[in-house]
Amino acid sequence: MSGILVVIEQRDSRIARISWEALAAAQKLAAQTSDPVTAVVLGADTAALAAEIAAQPVAKVIRVDHALLADYTPDAFTLALQQLVENESPTQVVLPHTYQVRDYAPALAARLGQVLISDVVQIADGPVFTRQLMQGRLNGEYKATGAGPCFVSVQAGAFRAESTEASAPAPIEVFAPTIDAAQIRTKPGKPFRGSSQTVDLGSAQLIVSVGRGIKEAENLPLVEALATALGGELAASRPICDNGWLPMERQVGSSGQTVAPKLYLAVGISGAIQHLVGMKGAHCIVAINKDPDAPIFEVADYGIVGDLFEVVPALTEAIKAAKQ
Amino acid sequence: MKIIVAIKQVPDRDAQVRIDSQAKWIDEADLQFALNESDAYALEEALQLKEKHGGEVIVVSAGPERIGQTIREALAKGADRGINIACNDLGSLDALGVARLLAEAVKPENADLVLTGLQSEDLGLGQTGVILAELLGLPHASLILHVEKTDAGLKVKRELEEGWFQEIELPLPAVLTIQSGGNKLRYATLMGIKKAKTKEVCAVASADLGASPAPVVTLERVTLPQKQKSTQILPGSPQEAAKALVEKLKFEVRVL
Repeated sequence: MSGILVVIEQRDSRIARISWEALAAAQKLAAQTSDPVTAVVLGADTAALAAEIAAQPVAKVIRVDHALLADYTPDAFTLALQQLVENESPTQVVLPHTYQVRDYAPALAARLGQVLISDVVQIADGPVFTRQLMQGRLNGEYKATGAGPCFVSVQAGAFRAESTEASAPAPIEVFAPTIDAAQIRTKPGKPFRGSSQTVDLGSAQLIVSVGRGIKEAENLPLVEALATALGGELAASRPICDNGWLPMERQVGSSGQTVAPKLYLAVGISGAIQHLVGMKGAHCIVAINKDPDAPIFEVADYGIVGDLFEVVPALTEAIKAAKQ
Repeated sequence: MKIIVAIKQVPDRDAQVRIDSQAKWIDEADLQFALNESDAYALEEALQLKEKHGGEVIVVSAGPERIGQTIREALAKGADRGINIACNDLGSLDALGVARLLAEAVKPENADLVLTGLQSEDLGLGQTGVILAELLGLPHASLILHVEKTDAGLKVKRELEEGWFQEIELPLPAVLTIQSGGNKLRYATLMGIKKAKTKEVCAVASADLGASPAPVVTLERVTLPQKQKSTQILPGSPQEAAKALVEKLKFEVRVL
Protein backbone atom coordinates (compact mmCIF):
# COMPACT_ATOMS: atom_id res chain seq x y z
CA MET A 1 0.00 0.00 0.00
CA SER A 2 1.54 3.29 -1.03
CA GLY A 3 0.83 6.58 -2.69
CA ILE A 4 -1.74 9.32 -2.22
CA LEU A 5 -4.79 9.64 -4.42
CA VAL A 6 -6.44 13.03 -4.80
CA VAL A 7 -9.89 13.20 -6.39
CA ILE A 8 -10.31 16.23 -8.64
CA GLU A 9 -13.96 17.22 -9.01
CA GLN A 10 -15.33 18.72 -12.18
CA ARG A 11 -18.49 20.69 -12.69
CA ASP A 12 -19.54 21.36 -16.28
CA SER A 13 -16.06 20.31 -17.44
CA ARG A 14 -14.41 22.89 -15.19
CA ILE A 15 -12.25 22.29 -12.17
CA ALA A 16 -13.22 24.33 -9.13
CA ARG A 17 -10.59 25.92 -6.91
CA ILE A 18 -11.40 23.59 -4.01
CA SER A 19 -10.04 20.67 -6.05
CA TRP A 20 -6.69 22.43 -6.43
CA GLU A 21 -6.78 23.03 -2.67
CA ALA A 22 -7.32 19.29 -2.17
CA LEU A 23 -4.24 18.73 -4.35
CA ALA A 24 -2.29 21.16 -2.14
CA ALA A 25 -3.41 19.18 0.94
CA ALA A 26 -2.32 15.94 -0.75
CA GLN A 27 1.09 17.46 -1.45
CA LYS A 28 1.33 18.51 2.19
CA LEU A 29 0.73 14.87 3.17
CA ALA A 30 3.21 13.71 0.56
CA ALA A 31 5.88 15.93 2.10
CA GLN A 32 5.58 13.85 5.29
CA THR A 33 5.93 10.47 3.63
CA SER A 34 7.59 11.15 0.25
CA ASP A 35 4.67 9.25 -1.29
CA PRO A 36 3.82 10.12 -4.88
CA VAL A 37 0.57 12.03 -5.49
CA THR A 38 -1.76 10.67 -8.15
CA ALA A 39 -4.66 12.83 -9.32
CA VAL A 40 -7.94 11.16 -10.27
CA VAL A 41 -10.70 12.61 -12.40
CA LEU A 42 -14.04 10.93 -13.13
CA GLY A 43 -16.44 11.45 -16.02
CA ALA A 44 -17.64 10.24 -19.40
CA ASP A 45 -14.66 11.71 -21.25
CA THR A 46 -12.02 13.40 -19.14
CA ALA A 47 -9.24 13.75 -21.74
CA ALA A 48 -9.15 17.56 -21.70
CA LEU A 49 -9.43 17.80 -17.91
CA ALA A 50 -6.70 15.19 -17.42
CA ALA A 51 -4.35 17.19 -19.64
CA GLU A 52 -5.03 20.29 -17.55
CA ILE A 53 -4.32 18.37 -14.33
CA ALA A 54 -1.17 16.77 -15.77
CA ALA A 55 0.41 20.22 -15.97
CA GLN A 56 0.35 20.34 -12.17
CA PRO A 57 3.08 18.77 -10.04
CA VAL A 58 1.61 15.26 -9.75
CA ALA A 59 3.28 11.91 -10.38
CA LYS A 60 0.43 10.65 -12.54
CA VAL A 61 -3.13 11.38 -13.59
CA ILE A 62 -5.73 8.63 -13.77
CA ARG A 63 -8.78 9.16 -15.93
CA VAL A 64 -11.70 7.13 -14.61
CA ASP A 65 -13.87 7.15 -17.69
CA HIS A 66 -17.24 5.50 -18.16
CA ALA A 67 -20.42 6.58 -19.96
CA LEU A 68 -22.33 6.05 -16.70
CA LEU A 69 -20.14 8.65 -14.95
CA ALA A 70 -21.42 11.45 -17.22
CA ASP A 71 -23.97 12.61 -14.65
CA TYR A 72 -23.04 12.29 -11.01
CA THR A 73 -24.79 9.54 -9.05
CA PRO A 74 -23.57 8.27 -5.67
CA ASP A 75 -23.87 4.65 -6.82
CA ALA A 76 -21.70 5.02 -9.93
CA PHE A 77 -19.08 7.20 -8.24
CA THR A 78 -18.83 4.91 -5.23
CA LEU A 79 -18.46 1.82 -7.45
CA ALA A 80 -15.86 3.41 -9.73
CA LEU A 81 -13.74 4.77 -6.88
CA GLN A 82 -14.04 1.56 -4.89
CA GLN A 83 -12.57 -0.34 -7.83
CA LEU A 84 -9.84 2.24 -8.36
CA VAL A 85 -8.85 2.32 -4.68
CA GLU A 86 -8.73 -1.50 -4.56
CA ASN A 87 -6.57 -1.45 -7.65
CA GLU A 88 -4.16 1.27 -6.51
CA SER A 89 -4.23 0.52 -2.75
CA PRO A 90 -3.13 4.01 -1.69
CA THR A 91 -2.30 4.95 1.89
CA GLN A 92 -4.46 8.06 1.67
CA VAL A 93 -7.31 9.36 -0.45
CA VAL A 94 -7.83 13.14 -0.36
CA LEU A 95 -11.05 14.71 -1.60
CA PRO A 96 -12.45 18.26 -1.74
CA HIS A 97 -15.25 18.70 0.84
CA THR A 98 -17.97 19.52 -1.70
CA TYR A 99 -21.65 18.65 -1.62
CA GLN A 100 -20.89 15.86 -4.10
CA VAL A 101 -18.13 14.36 -1.97
CA ARG A 102 -20.35 14.56 1.11
CA ASP A 103 -22.90 12.53 -0.84
CA TYR A 104 -20.69 9.55 -1.72
CA ALA A 105 -17.38 9.57 0.20
CA PRO A 106 -18.84 8.37 3.55
CA ALA A 107 -20.38 5.36 1.76
CA LEU A 108 -17.19 4.70 -0.24
CA ALA A 109 -15.09 4.69 2.93
CA ALA A 110 -17.62 2.50 4.76
CA ARG A 111 -17.67 -0.01 1.89
CA LEU A 112 -13.92 -0.43 2.37
CA GLY A 113 -14.29 -0.66 6.17
CA GLN A 114 -12.94 2.88 6.63
CA VAL A 115 -14.24 6.21 7.93
CA LEU A 116 -13.87 9.51 6.12
CA ILE A 117 -12.22 12.26 8.18
CA SER A 118 -14.43 15.01 6.81
CA ASP A 119 -14.03 18.76 6.47
CA VAL A 120 -10.37 18.92 7.50
CA VAL A 121 -8.85 22.39 7.97
CA GLN A 122 -5.27 21.52 8.90
CA ILE A 123 -2.79 18.67 8.52
CA ALA A 124 0.10 18.27 10.98
CA ASP A 125 2.85 15.67 11.34
CA GLY A 126 1.59 12.20 12.16
CA PRO A 127 -0.48 12.84 10.18
CA VAL A 128 -2.89 14.56 12.56
CA PHE A 129 -5.98 15.98 10.91
CA THR A 130 -7.73 18.97 12.49
CA ARG A 131 -11.43 19.54 11.90
CA GLN A 132 -13.86 21.86 13.61
CA LEU A 133 -16.28 20.80 16.35
CA MET A 134 -19.27 22.49 17.98
CA GLN A 135 -19.95 24.74 14.98
CA GLY A 136 -16.39 26.07 14.95
CA ARG A 137 -16.13 26.78 18.68
CA LEU A 138 -13.56 24.02 19.13
CA ASN A 139 -11.05 22.09 17.07
CA GLY A 140 -10.69 18.31 17.13
CA GLU A 141 -7.48 16.51 16.24
CA TYR A 142 -8.10 13.18 14.52
CA LYS A 143 -5.92 10.23 13.67
CA ALA A 144 -6.58 7.26 11.44
CA THR A 145 -5.94 4.09 13.44
CA GLY A 146 -7.17 1.46 11.00
CA ALA A 147 -5.33 -0.49 8.32
CA GLY A 148 -6.32 2.14 5.78
CA PRO A 149 -6.54 3.60 3.28
CA CYS A 150 -7.29 6.79 5.12
CA PHE A 151 -9.99 8.97 3.53
CA VAL A 152 -9.82 12.73 4.12
CA SER A 153 -11.93 15.58 2.73
CA VAL A 154 -10.65 19.15 2.98
CA GLN A 155 -12.62 22.31 3.63
CA ALA A 156 -12.84 25.10 1.05
CA GLY A 157 -10.20 27.76 1.65
CA ALA A 158 -8.22 25.76 4.22
CA PHE A 159 -5.26 24.91 1.97
CA ARG A 160 -3.62 27.28 -0.47
CA ALA A 161 -3.78 26.12 -4.05
CA GLU A 162 -0.31 26.65 -5.54
CA SER A 163 -0.25 27.51 -9.21
CA THR A 164 3.14 25.93 -9.70
CA GLU A 165 3.67 24.37 -13.08
CA ALA A 166 5.53 21.10 -13.32
CA SER A 167 8.54 20.95 -15.62
CA ALA A 168 7.01 18.27 -17.83
CA PRO A 169 3.40 17.07 -17.99
CA ALA A 170 2.66 14.04 -15.82
CA PRO A 171 1.77 10.76 -17.52
CA ILE A 172 -1.95 10.06 -17.96
CA GLU A 173 -3.48 6.62 -17.53
CA VAL A 174 -7.01 5.44 -18.17
CA PHE A 175 -8.88 3.26 -15.71
CA ALA A 176 -12.10 1.69 -16.96
CA PRO A 177 -14.39 0.76 -14.06
CA THR A 178 -17.03 -1.92 -14.40
CA ILE A 179 -20.42 -0.33 -13.85
CA ASP A 180 -23.76 -1.78 -14.87
CA ALA A 181 -26.70 0.58 -15.43
CA ALA A 182 -28.81 -1.60 -13.12
CA GLN A 183 -26.45 -0.76 -10.23
CA ILE A 184 -27.42 2.90 -10.39
CA ARG A 185 -30.52 3.25 -8.25
CA THR A 186 -31.07 7.02 -8.32
CA LYS A 187 -32.02 9.14 -11.32
CA PRO A 188 -30.56 12.67 -11.19
CA GLY A 189 -32.24 15.64 -12.84
CA LYS A 190 -30.48 18.61 -14.42
CA PRO A 191 -29.31 21.21 -11.90
CA PHE A 192 -31.42 24.36 -11.84
CA ARG A 193 -31.21 27.77 -10.19
CA GLY A 194 -33.51 28.57 -7.30
CA SER A 195 -35.72 31.66 -7.36
CA SER A 196 -34.59 34.38 -9.74
CA GLN A 197 -31.67 36.26 -8.26
CA THR A 198 -32.53 39.92 -7.85
CA VAL A 199 -29.84 40.69 -5.28
CA ASP A 200 -26.22 40.40 -6.29
CA LEU A 201 -24.43 40.21 -2.98
CA GLY A 202 -21.28 39.08 -4.79
CA SER A 203 -20.61 42.56 -6.09
CA ALA A 204 -21.83 44.48 -2.99
CA GLN A 205 -19.14 46.61 -1.35
CA LEU A 206 -20.85 47.03 2.02
CA ILE A 207 -22.83 44.23 3.62
CA VAL A 208 -24.71 44.13 6.91
CA SER A 209 -25.46 40.52 7.71
CA VAL A 210 -27.81 39.27 10.40
CA GLY A 211 -27.91 35.97 12.27
CA ARG A 212 -29.81 34.04 14.87
CA GLY A 213 -28.98 36.63 17.55
CA ILE A 214 -31.80 38.83 16.19
CA LYS A 215 -34.21 36.35 17.84
CA GLU A 216 -37.47 37.41 16.09
CA ALA A 217 -38.48 38.46 12.59
CA GLU A 218 -40.05 41.55 14.20
CA ASN A 219 -36.56 42.73 15.18
CA LEU A 220 -35.21 42.80 11.61
CA PRO A 221 -35.99 46.53 11.04
CA LEU A 222 -33.19 47.22 13.51
CA VAL A 223 -30.54 45.84 11.14
CA GLU A 224 -32.36 47.11 8.05
CA ALA A 225 -31.99 50.60 9.49
CA LEU A 226 -28.26 49.98 9.99
CA ALA A 227 -27.85 48.74 6.40
CA THR A 228 -29.74 51.78 5.10
CA ALA A 229 -27.66 54.20 7.17
CA LEU A 230 -24.49 52.56 5.89
CA GLY A 231 -25.77 52.36 2.31
CA GLY A 232 -25.13 48.63 2.23
CA GLU A 233 -26.93 45.44 1.26
CA LEU A 234 -28.69 43.33 3.85
CA ALA A 235 -27.62 39.68 4.06
CA ALA A 236 -28.18 36.83 6.51
CA SER A 237 -26.91 33.52 7.80
CA ARG A 238 -28.78 30.34 7.01
CA PRO A 239 -31.16 30.10 10.01
CA ILE A 240 -32.69 33.49 9.16
CA CYS A 241 -33.51 32.30 5.62
CA ASP A 242 -34.59 28.84 6.86
CA ASN A 243 -37.17 30.59 9.01
CA GLY A 244 -38.36 32.53 5.99
CA TRP A 245 -37.54 35.88 7.62
CA LEU A 246 -35.42 36.92 4.63
CA PRO A 247 -35.39 35.41 1.12
CA MET A 248 -32.85 32.67 0.33
CA GLU A 249 -31.08 34.94 -2.16
CA ARG A 250 -29.78 37.01 0.77
CA GLN A 251 -28.08 34.02 2.35
CA VAL A 252 -24.29 34.06 2.69
CA GLY A 253 -22.39 30.80 3.16
CA SER A 254 -21.63 27.48 1.56
CA SER A 255 -25.24 26.94 0.50
CA GLY A 256 -25.82 30.60 -0.37
CA GLN A 257 -23.68 33.30 -1.92
CA THR A 258 -19.96 33.88 -1.54
CA VAL A 259 -19.15 37.51 -0.93
CA ALA A 260 -16.00 39.63 -0.77
CA PRO A 261 -17.09 43.16 0.15
CA LYS A 262 -14.93 45.97 1.54
CA LEU A 263 -16.92 45.73 4.76
CA TYR A 264 -18.83 42.79 6.19
CA LEU A 265 -20.67 43.70 9.37
CA ALA A 266 -21.90 40.54 11.09
CA VAL A 267 -24.68 41.14 13.59
CA GLY A 268 -25.64 38.30 15.95
CA ILE A 269 -23.86 35.71 13.79
CA SER A 270 -21.88 33.13 15.76
CA GLY A 271 -19.79 32.17 12.73
CA ALA A 272 -20.35 28.50 11.94
CA ILE A 273 -17.97 27.13 9.30
CA GLN A 274 -20.71 27.06 6.67
CA HIS A 275 -21.14 30.80 7.09
CA LEU A 276 -17.45 31.69 7.32
CA VAL A 277 -16.57 30.05 3.99
CA GLY A 278 -18.98 32.47 2.33
CA MET A 279 -17.55 35.69 3.75
CA LYS A 280 -14.00 35.30 5.02
CA GLY A 281 -12.72 36.90 1.82
CA ALA A 282 -14.13 40.25 2.96
CA HIS A 283 -11.56 43.03 3.21
CA CYS A 284 -12.74 44.08 6.67
CA ILE A 285 -14.94 42.03 8.99
CA VAL A 286 -16.75 43.58 11.94
CA ALA A 287 -18.62 41.38 14.42
CA ILE A 288 -21.22 42.39 16.96
CA ASN A 289 -22.01 39.50 19.30
CA LYS A 290 -22.84 38.96 22.95
CA ASP A 291 -20.63 35.86 23.20
CA PRO A 292 -16.91 36.79 23.35
CA ASP A 293 -16.04 33.17 22.45
CA ALA A 294 -18.17 33.13 19.28
CA PRO A 295 -16.05 31.83 16.36
CA ILE A 296 -16.90 34.92 14.30
CA PHE A 297 -14.32 36.77 16.42
CA GLU A 298 -11.65 34.42 15.06
CA VAL A 299 -11.94 36.07 11.65
CA ALA A 300 -13.09 39.57 12.65
CA ASP A 301 -10.88 42.67 12.37
CA TYR A 302 -13.03 44.65 14.78
CA GLY A 303 -15.42 43.37 17.38
CA ILE A 304 -17.99 44.73 19.76
CA VAL A 305 -18.95 42.32 22.51
CA GLY A 306 -22.40 43.32 23.64
CA ASP A 307 -26.15 43.18 23.26
CA LEU A 308 -26.96 43.83 19.62
CA PHE A 309 -30.26 45.40 20.63
CA GLU A 310 -28.25 48.18 22.27
CA VAL A 311 -25.20 48.28 20.00
CA VAL A 312 -26.98 48.30 16.62
CA PRO A 313 -29.22 51.36 17.25
CA ALA A 314 -26.22 53.22 18.70
CA LEU A 315 -24.15 52.34 15.63
CA THR A 316 -26.94 53.39 13.25
CA GLU A 317 -27.10 56.78 14.96
CA ALA A 318 -23.30 57.16 14.99
CA ILE A 319 -23.11 56.39 11.24
CA LYS A 320 -25.90 58.85 10.47
CA ALA A 321 -24.07 61.52 12.50
CA ALA A 322 -20.77 60.80 10.75
CA LYS A 323 -22.37 61.09 7.31
CA GLN A 324 -23.92 64.49 7.97
CA MET B 1 -45.46 4.62 4.71
CA LYS B 2 -43.32 3.37 7.57
CA ILE B 3 -40.69 6.01 8.26
CA ILE B 4 -37.70 5.83 10.60
CA VAL B 5 -36.09 9.08 11.74
CA ALA B 6 -32.63 8.86 13.30
CA ILE B 7 -32.21 11.74 15.74
CA LYS B 8 -29.34 12.98 17.87
CA GLN B 9 -29.25 14.89 21.12
CA VAL B 10 -26.58 17.60 21.05
CA PRO B 11 -25.46 20.38 23.43
CA ASP B 12 -27.82 23.34 23.27
CA ARG B 13 -26.69 25.92 20.75
CA ASP B 14 -26.34 28.67 23.34
CA ALA B 15 -24.61 26.50 25.94
CA GLN B 16 -21.16 27.58 27.05
CA VAL B 17 -18.90 24.67 26.15
CA ARG B 18 -15.69 23.90 28.01
CA ILE B 19 -13.04 21.37 27.08
CA ASP B 20 -12.91 18.51 29.61
CA SER B 21 -9.89 17.87 31.84
CA GLN B 22 -8.44 15.18 29.54
CA ALA B 23 -8.94 17.40 26.45
CA LYS B 24 -10.79 14.47 24.88
CA TRP B 25 -14.25 16.00 24.63
CA ILE B 26 -16.31 18.72 26.28
CA ASP B 27 -17.28 18.87 29.93
CA GLU B 28 -20.89 17.69 29.93
CA ALA B 29 -21.67 18.63 33.54
CA ASP B 30 -24.35 21.36 33.79
CA LEU B 31 -24.78 21.32 30.01
CA GLN B 32 -28.22 21.72 28.42
CA PHE B 33 -29.04 19.39 25.55
CA ALA B 34 -31.48 19.69 22.66
CA LEU B 35 -32.56 17.95 19.46
CA ASN B 36 -30.07 18.51 16.64
CA GLU B 37 -31.52 21.11 14.28
CA SER B 38 -31.44 19.28 10.94
CA ASP B 39 -32.82 16.19 12.71
CA ALA B 40 -35.80 18.35 13.73
CA TYR B 41 -36.33 19.07 10.02
CA ALA B 42 -36.03 15.33 9.25
CA LEU B 43 -38.70 14.62 11.87
CA GLU B 44 -40.93 17.35 10.43
CA GLU B 45 -40.60 15.89 6.92
CA ALA B 46 -41.54 12.45 8.27
CA LEU B 47 -44.59 13.79 10.11
CA GLN B 48 -45.80 15.64 7.01
CA LEU B 49 -45.35 12.54 4.82
CA LYS B 50 -47.36 10.52 7.34
CA GLU B 51 -50.12 13.14 7.37
CA LYS B 52 -50.35 12.95 3.57
CA HIS B 53 -49.91 9.24 2.98
CA GLY B 54 -50.62 7.57 6.32
CA GLY B 55 -48.31 5.14 8.08
CA GLU B 56 -46.06 5.29 11.08
CA VAL B 57 -43.13 7.44 12.25
CA ILE B 58 -40.52 5.80 14.47
CA VAL B 59 -37.66 7.78 16.00
CA VAL B 60 -34.37 6.10 16.87
CA SER B 61 -31.50 7.53 18.88
CA ALA B 62 -28.33 6.26 20.53
CA GLY B 63 -26.67 7.68 23.62
CA PRO B 64 -26.70 7.84 27.42
CA GLU B 65 -29.80 8.06 29.62
CA ARG B 66 -30.41 11.75 28.90
CA ILE B 67 -31.48 11.01 25.28
CA GLY B 68 -34.79 9.67 26.64
CA GLN B 69 -35.89 13.29 27.00
CA THR B 70 -35.21 14.09 23.33
CA ILE B 71 -37.03 10.93 22.21
CA ARG B 72 -40.06 12.00 24.32
CA GLU B 73 -39.97 15.43 22.68
CA ALA B 74 -40.10 13.80 19.24
CA LEU B 75 -43.03 11.66 20.37
CA ALA B 76 -44.76 14.79 21.67
CA LYS B 77 -44.42 16.37 18.23
CA GLY B 78 -46.19 13.39 16.68
CA ALA B 79 -43.83 10.43 16.22
CA ASP B 80 -45.64 7.16 17.01
CA ARG B 81 -42.96 5.27 18.89
CA GLY B 82 -39.26 5.31 19.73
CA ILE B 83 -36.21 3.08 19.83
CA ASN B 84 -33.69 4.07 22.52
CA ILE B 85 -30.26 2.51 22.02
CA ALA B 86 -28.54 2.75 25.39
CA CYS B 87 -24.90 3.56 24.78
CA ASN B 88 -22.72 5.28 27.35
CA ASP B 89 -19.56 5.36 25.27
CA LEU B 90 -20.88 6.79 22.03
CA GLY B 91 -17.79 9.03 21.91
CA SER B 92 -15.52 6.01 21.61
CA LEU B 93 -17.20 4.94 18.37
CA ASP B 94 -16.38 6.41 14.98
CA ALA B 95 -19.01 7.36 12.40
CA LEU B 96 -19.12 3.79 11.09
CA GLY B 97 -19.60 2.42 14.62
CA VAL B 98 -22.53 4.75 15.35
CA ALA B 99 -24.18 4.09 11.96
CA ARG B 100 -23.78 0.35 12.56
CA LEU B 101 -25.69 0.60 15.85
CA LEU B 102 -28.50 2.50 14.14
CA ALA B 103 -28.54 0.10 11.17
CA GLU B 104 -28.80 -2.98 13.41
CA ALA B 105 -31.59 -1.39 15.46
CA VAL B 106 -33.72 -0.37 12.47
CA LYS B 107 -33.17 -3.42 10.21
CA PRO B 108 -35.97 -5.51 11.79
CA GLU B 109 -38.43 -2.68 11.12
CA ASN B 110 -38.15 -3.03 7.31
CA ALA B 111 -39.13 0.62 6.93
CA ASP B 112 -40.01 2.26 3.59
CA LEU B 113 -37.97 5.34 4.33
CA VAL B 114 -35.15 6.24 6.70
CA LEU B 115 -34.46 9.93 7.36
CA THR B 116 -31.60 11.61 9.20
CA GLY B 117 -30.56 15.21 9.59
CA LEU B 118 -27.79 16.41 7.32
CA GLN B 119 -25.20 16.73 10.08
CA SER B 120 -24.90 17.11 13.81
CA GLU B 121 -24.17 20.41 15.50
CA ASP B 122 -21.58 18.90 17.85
CA LEU B 123 -19.32 16.65 15.74
CA GLY B 124 -20.51 17.96 12.38
CA LEU B 125 -19.32 14.89 10.51
CA GLY B 126 -22.33 14.83 8.17
CA GLN B 127 -21.94 11.13 7.43
CA THR B 128 -24.37 9.06 9.49
CA GLY B 129 -27.19 9.00 6.94
CA VAL B 130 -24.99 8.14 3.98
CA ILE B 131 -23.18 5.34 5.88
CA LEU B 132 -26.55 4.08 7.15
CA ALA B 133 -27.72 3.75 3.53
CA GLU B 134 -24.57 1.81 2.67
CA LEU B 135 -25.00 -0.54 5.65
CA LEU B 136 -28.70 -1.10 4.92
CA GLY B 137 -27.99 -1.62 1.21
CA LEU B 138 -30.44 1.14 0.27
CA PRO B 139 -30.23 3.96 -2.26
CA HIS B 140 -29.82 7.43 -0.80
CA ALA B 141 -29.86 11.12 -1.53
CA SER B 142 -28.41 13.82 0.71
CA LEU B 143 -29.04 17.51 1.44
CA ILE B 144 -32.76 17.13 0.72
CA LEU B 145 -35.21 20.03 1.07
CA HIS B 146 -38.45 18.56 -0.33
CA VAL B 147 -39.80 15.02 -0.58
CA GLU B 148 -42.63 14.00 -2.85
CA LYS B 149 -44.05 10.49 -3.05
CA THR B 150 -44.58 9.20 -6.58
CA ASP B 151 -45.93 5.93 -7.98
CA ALA B 152 -42.38 4.69 -8.56
CA GLY B 153 -40.93 5.86 -5.24
CA LEU B 154 -39.77 9.36 -4.42
CA LYS B 155 -38.95 12.59 -6.14
CA VAL B 156 -36.73 14.76 -3.94
CA LYS B 157 -35.20 18.23 -4.21
CA ARG B 158 -31.50 18.24 -3.42
CA GLU B 159 -29.55 21.36 -2.56
CA LEU B 160 -26.36 21.96 -4.52
CA GLU B 161 -23.82 24.69 -3.89
CA GLU B 162 -24.28 28.41 -4.52
CA GLY B 163 -28.05 28.53 -4.95
CA TRP B 164 -28.42 25.57 -7.33
CA PHE B 165 -30.80 22.65 -6.87
CA GLN B 166 -31.50 19.31 -8.50
CA GLU B 167 -34.38 16.87 -8.55
CA ILE B 168 -33.61 13.22 -7.95
CA GLU B 169 -35.88 10.23 -8.40
CA LEU B 170 -35.25 7.13 -6.37
CA PRO B 171 -37.12 3.93 -5.49
CA LEU B 172 -38.27 2.92 -2.02
CA PRO B 173 -37.02 1.84 0.41
CA ALA B 174 -34.45 4.61 0.61
CA VAL B 175 -32.43 6.79 2.97
CA LEU B 176 -32.50 10.60 2.82
CA THR B 177 -30.47 13.14 4.76
CA ILE B 178 -32.52 16.27 5.32
CA GLN B 179 -31.21 19.83 5.05
CA SER B 180 -32.68 22.47 7.33
CA GLY B 181 -35.18 25.01 6.03
CA GLY B 182 -37.36 22.84 3.76
CA ASN B 183 -40.36 22.96 6.07
CA LYS B 184 -41.63 25.01 8.96
CA LEU B 185 -41.01 23.21 12.22
CA ARG B 186 -43.96 22.45 14.49
CA TYR B 187 -44.10 22.79 18.24
CA ALA B 188 -45.38 20.05 20.50
CA THR B 189 -48.95 20.69 21.63
CA LEU B 190 -50.11 20.14 25.21
CA MET B 191 -52.14 17.19 23.95
CA GLY B 192 -49.05 15.87 22.17
CA ILE B 193 -46.95 16.10 25.32
CA LYS B 194 -49.66 14.25 27.25
CA LYS B 195 -49.96 11.53 24.62
CA ALA B 196 -46.18 11.09 24.40
CA LYS B 197 -46.13 9.72 27.94
CA THR B 198 -48.09 6.65 26.87
CA LYS B 199 -46.25 6.00 23.59
CA GLU B 200 -43.98 2.99 23.33
CA VAL B 201 -40.21 3.42 23.59
CA CYS B 202 -38.29 0.22 22.99
CA ALA B 203 -35.05 0.09 24.98
CA VAL B 204 -32.16 -1.67 23.30
CA ALA B 205 -28.72 -2.23 24.83
CA SER B 206 -25.94 -1.45 22.36
CA ALA B 207 -24.28 -4.76 23.35
CA ASP B 208 -27.35 -6.63 22.05
CA LEU B 209 -26.75 -5.19 18.60
CA GLY B 210 -23.51 -7.11 18.17
CA ALA B 211 -19.92 -6.27 18.94
CA SER B 212 -18.65 -2.93 17.70
CA PRO B 213 -15.59 -3.18 15.50
CA ALA B 214 -12.54 -1.24 16.69
CA PRO B 215 -12.73 2.39 15.53
CA VAL B 216 -10.56 3.23 12.52
CA VAL B 217 -10.64 6.96 13.25
CA THR B 218 -10.15 8.48 16.70
CA LEU B 219 -10.54 11.95 18.14
CA GLU B 220 -7.25 12.37 19.97
CA ARG B 221 -7.51 15.85 21.40
CA VAL B 222 -9.86 18.82 21.60
CA THR B 223 -8.35 22.30 21.50
CA LEU B 224 -9.42 25.92 21.27
CA PRO B 225 -9.10 27.28 17.73
CA GLN B 226 -6.31 29.71 17.06
CA LYS B 227 -7.36 33.13 15.93
CA GLN B 228 -6.83 33.76 12.25
CA LYS B 229 -6.76 37.50 12.77
CA SER B 230 -6.05 39.65 15.77
CA THR B 231 -9.44 41.13 16.47
CA GLN B 232 -9.48 44.60 17.91
CA ILE B 233 -12.28 44.60 20.47
CA LEU B 234 -13.83 48.02 20.87
CA PRO B 235 -14.68 48.49 24.56
CA GLY B 236 -17.03 50.75 26.44
CA SER B 237 -20.77 51.38 26.48
CA PRO B 238 -22.75 50.62 23.30
CA GLN B 239 -22.54 54.31 22.39
CA GLU B 240 -18.79 54.50 23.01
CA ALA B 241 -18.10 51.29 21.09
CA ALA B 242 -20.32 52.44 18.21
CA LYS B 243 -18.50 55.77 18.07
CA ALA B 244 -15.10 54.07 18.11
CA LEU B 245 -16.20 51.73 15.29
CA VAL B 246 -17.39 54.63 13.15
CA GLU B 247 -13.94 56.22 13.56
CA LYS B 248 -12.31 52.99 12.34
CA LEU B 249 -14.71 52.67 9.41
CA LYS B 250 -14.06 56.27 8.44
CA PHE B 251 -10.30 56.59 8.81
CA GLU B 252 -8.89 53.05 8.58
CA VAL B 253 -11.31 50.97 6.53
CA ARG B 254 -12.35 54.12 4.62
CA VAL B 255 -15.87 53.05 3.81
CA LEU B 256 -17.74 56.01 5.28
